[in-house]
Amino acid sequence: MSNRQVTIKDATKLGLTTEEYDKVLSILGRVPNYTELCLYSVMWSEHASYKNSINWLKTLPREGEQIMVEAGEENAGMVDIGDGLACVFKIESHNHPSAVEPYQGAATGVGGINRDIFTMGARPIAQLNSLRFGNIESDRTKWLLKGVVRGIADYGNAFGVPVVGGEVYFDDSYSTNPLVNAMSVGIVKEGETISAISEGVGNPVFIVGSSTGKDGIHGATFASADLHEDSADDIPSVQVGDPFQEKLLLEASLEVIKTGALVGMQDMGAAGIICSCSEMSEKGNSGMKINLDKVPLRQENMEAWEMLLSESQERMLLVGKKGRESEIEAVFDKWDLNCKIIGEVIAEDKLEYFHKGKLVAEVPASTLVLGGGAPVYDREYTEPAYYKENLKFDISQITEPNNYVEVANALLKAPNIASKKWVIEQYDTMVQTNNMNTNEPSDAGIVDVRGTDTALALTTDCNSRYVYSDPEQGASIAVAEAARNIVCSGGEPLAITNCLNFGNPYNPEAFWQFVGAIKGMGDACKRFNTPVTGGNVSFYNQTSIKGVNIPVYPTPTIGMLGLLKDKTNKMSLSFKNEDDLIYLIGETKNDISQSEYLNTWHKVRKSPVPYFNMDEELAVQDVVKKLISSKVINSAHDVSEGGIFITLLESGLTNNLGFDIKSDKNIRKDAFLFGESQSRIIVSVSKQKEKELLDIANLGNIQFNLLGKVAGSKMIIDNENFGDIKIAKEDYDTALEKLI
Amino acid sequence: MKLGVVIFPGSNCDKDMIHVLSNVMKHEVVELWHKDHDLQNVDGIFLPGGFSFGDYLRSGAIARYSPIMKEVIAFANKGGFVFGVCNGFQILCESGLLPGALLHNTNQKFICKNIYIKSSGNNSAVNNAIDNGKALKIPIAHGEGKYYADKNVLDEMKQNNQILFHYCDENSNVTEEANPNGSLENIAGVCNKNKNVFGMMPHPERASEGILKNTDGKLIFDSIFNYLEKSIENK
Repeated sequence: MSNRQVTIKDATKLGLTTEEYDKVLSILGRVPNYTELCLYSVMWSEHASYKNSINWLKTLPREGEQIMVEAGEENAGMVDIGDGLACVFKIESHNHPSAVEPYQGAATGVGGINRDIFTMGARPIAQLNSLRFGNIESDRTKWLLKGVVRGIADYGNAFGVPVVGGEVYFDDSYSTNPLVNAMSVGIVKEGETISAISEGVGNPVFIVGSSTGKDGIHGATFASADLHEDSADDIPSVQVGDPFQEKLLLEASLEVIKTGALVGMQDMGAAGIICSCSEMSEKGNSGMKINLDKVPLRQENMEAWEMLLSESQERMLLVGKKGRESEIEAVFDKWDLNCKIIGEVIAEDKLEYFHKGKLVAEVPASTLVLGGGAPVYDREYTEPAYYKENLKFDISQITEPNNYVEVANALLKAPNIASKKWVIEQYDTMVQTNNMNTNEPSDAGIVDVRGTDTALALTTDCNSRYVYSDPEQGASIAVAEAARNIVCSGGEPLAITNCLNFGNPYNPEAFWQFVGAIKGMGDACKRFNTPVTGGNVSFYNQTSIKGVNIPVYPTPTIGMLGLLKDKTNKMSLSFKNEDDLIYLIGETKNDISQSEYLNTWHKVRKSPVPYFNMDEELAVQDVVKKLISSKVINSAHDVSEGGIFITLLESGLTNNLGFDIKSDKNIRKDAFLFGESQSRIIVSVSKQKEKELLDIANLGNIQFNLLGKVAGSKMIIDNENFGDIKIAKEDYDTALEKLI
Repeated sequence: MKLGVVIFPGSNCDKDMIHVLSNVMKHEVVELWHKDHDLQNVDGIFLPGGFSFGDYLRSGAIARYSPIMKEVIAFANKGGFVFGVCNGFQILCESGLLPGALLHNTNQKFICKNIYIKSSGNNSAVNNAIDNGKALKIPIAHGEGKYYADKNVLDEMKQNNQILFHYCDENSNVTEEANPNGSLENIAGVCNKNKNVFGMMPHPERASEGILKNTDGKLIFDSIFNYLEKSIENK
C-alpha cells in the first residue's frame, strides 16, 4: 500500500482539496506515493497547519518585554517571572476525541499539553481545564462529563500536577460536541531550556518513550472535520494515554537536558513522527534520514505511513550531539524507557524514510510545515442575521419576578453557577504543595513559586454566551475577566494563551465569529499589555445531524498568567469578619443581557452582550490593585455569572458569613442582583480602614458605593431574608451532584 | 539526623516529602532510588505518595518487589522507623510490614479534599505532639484508601493499640459522615505491632506550612522527630 501511486480520489479521501493536491504535485514534481500523500494530508490539516486561521492569528499582539519566547517559536510561550525563572504555559483543545471517547480523549489532552511544557525543559507545576458540555439533564451529557472528568483525573493525578483552576459550563450548543481545553503551566530556570530544533549534519535522531502503535492514526485529520453521526467509527483516531509512562518521560526528559548532550527535543503530538521530524528540521534548516525499522513498535505489520502518522502518546523525538549518545541512553535506561537511534541529521531540506530496506518517502521538510510550504487561506465571513436580532432585545419586555428569594435559590443551584465540587474533588489539587488556594480561595489559582517571594496567578475564562452575542466585545470581556480575576487575587496580568474553539471555517457566519473574537481579543490584550504567547485553534466544533449543522457557541478560552511579586499580597475572595463593610467597586447598570438569570429563569437566549467599557474596566482594576497593595481590604471578588447576589454568596461561603445590603433604587432589582454588566468587584473592608478605601477610590476615575455589611449567618437584601448561608452552601455545594 | 525518602517510578509526592523534611523540619534528606540496595545509614525511612509503577494493578502491589524494599523490610525488622503516606501506606501493607489492605473508595472515585482525623492516644512516634482528641485538618488524595482488615487482625490491632488515626468531623466526632472513603471503623492510619512502622492515607506533608494556611500536619512531623531524637539518644 505504502508505495502505490495515488490519485486525486485518495487525496480527497484524506481531506486534501483539489487545489492542495495540485500543490503537492508541483512541490514534488511527480505523483506522490500513498505514504507521502498521507504526510501532506496530516501536516496540511487544519489542526497541524492553521491554514485558515494563521493570517488572523498574526494580528494578535505577541511582543512584550516580559516575553522570552514568542508565539509560534517553540511548543509553548515563555515568560520572564523574575528570580532567574521563566514560566512556560499553554492551553490546548482535545474536543473531537473527547466527543467520541471522553475518557481517553480527555486523558490524552492532559498528557499532550503537559508534554508541550516539559519538552521545553520546564517542570509542570499547575494545570487548569476549561470544559463545556450540553444540557446536564441529558444522559449523553452525563456520560461525557463523567468520562472527561475521570480521564483528566486519572491522567493528571498520576502524573502529579495539581489542578488549580478552570471552568465547567453547560449549554445546549455543546450537546454532542463538548469542549475539553487543558492548560499546563511549568517553571524552568533560565538557561536550562531546550529548543525544538534539529541541526548538525550526522547528529543522531532518537525516538524515546512509549512504543509506537496504531492508535491515533489520522487524529489530526479527524480533528479537522465536522463531527457527524458516524463519528464513533473514528474511535481508532483517538489515542490511548498512559500517565505512568508520561511521568517517567518527564523525569527522564528533564534529566537528559542536564547532560548537555542534546541539540533539540520535541514531543510527539498530533501527526506523530512526521510532525516532529519536519518541524524540528525546518527550524534548523536541515533534513533527516530515518530508518523506520528501528522504531520500537507495539504491534507487528505496521505500514510505514501508519508509523509516521501514529499519535501514540508519551513519545519524544530527540536530536543528540554525535559522540555523546551513551549519556543520553544512560538516562533513559535508568527510567526503563525506550531510547532508540532511528536516523541522523542531513544537510538538505529533505526527509527520507526507509522501511524494510526501501526508501518509502522522500519529501522536502519545509514544504510540510506552517511558515514553509503549508497552504494559507483567507476565508470569507459575513455577519449572521442573529446579531442584529439580538440587539432588538428590550429589557422592559421582561417581567420582573414577584419573588426574588425564589429566583435567588434557583440561580444558586443552576449548573453553570453551583459549586463544581463534584468535578474538582476528583482532581488532585494539592500535589506539589504549591496550591495556595486550598485553605483560602481567590478568584484566580495562586501557585507558590518555591524559593522566591513570588507566586503565579492563573485563570481560564470565557463566557461563550457573550461571544456568541457579540464576538468582538465578548472576547474582550473574556480577556478583561481573566485580568480581573488575577487582579482580585493580588496579581499583575502578564500574558495569555488562547484556545479558540469555533465552528467550520468554511461557513462564513462561523468565520465571522472567529474574526470578531480575534479582533476583540487583540484589542483587549493590547490594553492589558498581555501578549498572546500561543495556544491552539479548534475549528469544526459542530455536529451535523440529519444534514443540519449545529455549531457550538464560539468559545475563545483565555488562559491568563499573572504574577504576585510579593506572595503575601495574595487576596482571598472570602469575607473575613462580621461587620466589615461591603463596597462595590464599579457601577451596576440596568442590564440583564446574556445573564445566567435571563437565560435560565426567563429562558431568553437572544439578547446583546452585557455592558462593557474597557476604560472603566482598567480604572476599576487599577483601584482594586491599589486597595490590595496598600493592605486596605479584607476580600475581593469579581462580579460575574449570577451577578451581585452570587458574588456575595460566594464570598460568604468559606467562613459561613452572611450579609446585609441594600439594592440600588435607580435600577431594576433583577438587574441589580443578577445582572452581569461588567467591570465590577465586591470588596470588604474593616470600619477602621474605610477612610483609606475612600481615599484610594476617590482618586480613581470610577463609580463605587457602599452596599452594606458582612453580618450574621443570614443573607439580607433590602431587609428581606434570602435564607441562611449554611443552607445556601449546602444547596450550592450539592446541586450539581444531584443533577448527575 | 539523616532521613531517606524512597523514590519509586511513579512516586509524585517525593519532592513534597523531601521539602517538608529538609526545608520545614530542617533535617538532612537523601533520595533512595527503588533499584538501590544501600540505605545510606539513614535514621528513618519515608515512603511518599504517588502512583508507583502506575498502580495499574492493586496500588503498591508491584512496588513491594522493588530491590530497595528488601532493605526497607530488613531495616524495619531491626526496629528502624518507617513511615508511609498514601501510596507509601499501600506499599507497606502490600509488603506485609503493616496489617490490612487499602481498597477502592466506596464511591469508586478519586477523592482529594481536606478531611479531619483524630489521634488515638499520644504516645506513639507519630502522635506524641498532638493534643489528645484534637481534630487535625489534613488533606486526602486517593482512589484506593478504604482501609480493611479481617476481624481477627482488627481485634489484634485493637489489643495492641495499633490504630492511630480515625477520620472524624471538625469537632472530633468519629461519624459515618466523616468517613470519606468507607474505611473500616473510620481507620485513617495504623502501625505495626512493634510500633516502628507507620502508615496513613492523609497527607501531613500537604499541611505543614504557613504559606498553605494549614500547619496541622506539622504536628505529626514534630511527633516523629521527638521520637527519632529520643531513640537516637538511647542508642
